[in-house]
Amino acid sequence: MTLYITAAHVEAILEQSRAQYPDECCGVILGPEGSDSAQVLKPMVNAAHSPTFYEFDSKDLLALYRQVEDDSQEIVVVYHSHTETEAYPSRTDISYASEPGAHYVLVSTRKEIAPENEFRSYRIIDGVVTEEDVEIVTRIGD
Amino acid sequence: MSAPIIEVRIPTILRPYTNSEKVVSAEATNLAELISALDRKFTGLGERLLENGELRRFINIYINDEDVRFMGSLAATLKAGDSVTILPAVAGGC
Repeated sequence: MTLYITAAHVEAILEQSRAQYPDECCGVILGPEGSDSAQVLKPMVNAAHSPTFYEFDSKDLLALYRQVEDDSQEIVVVYHSHTETEAYPSRTDISYASEPGAHYVLVSTRKEIAPENEFRSYRIIDGVVTEEDVEIVTRIGD
Repeated sequence: MSAPIIEVRIPTILRPYTNSEKVVSAEATNLAELISALDRKFTGLGERLLENGELRRFINIYINDEDVRFMGSLAATLKAGDSVTILPAVAGGC
């Protein structure tokens, strides 16, 4: 399994994680329903405003799902940052992963261990984490 | 007077309980009754929504556009024409 993503989106997500440090940042990338194509980046507010937790505000969440349904889209990527730990899903991340079709992207702003600004992607299905390749493409969707 | 029939939108992750149905319905005058009615129809669904008789922290339930936490949670009243949406929280941490 592979996540195909543009360099622009990767950079935007890393930039968001740096800008919102020391809090975790979060958001989604949407695409046409059934496409698995990560086209529209949508940063979300971390309503927890925490360096160790993120949560979409419940009103924002409803608006997101309504928009996704109205526009026949799907959530292709759910991303968030780990501020001081590895870009790997935590037990909390796994237990709350509720979009079985999504690619879960994790970035880390930790600096003490190379490489800086890790960007990794996973599938989380029924509590099982599988890391996948990330392939940077120049454009996506057509 | 019989309880109103309430439309309930089910998130992907709970559709295995509803035979893959995206929209289901049940009769209820408040959220607690609705969840009981849904659990009778779709075994096991209640346990995904409640823990120790309370709404699970990371399940969001809305009546029309309002989060039920601001409407009395399980006591939130339902009337004819109301639409209930269930969305698991998008959350996590390190």
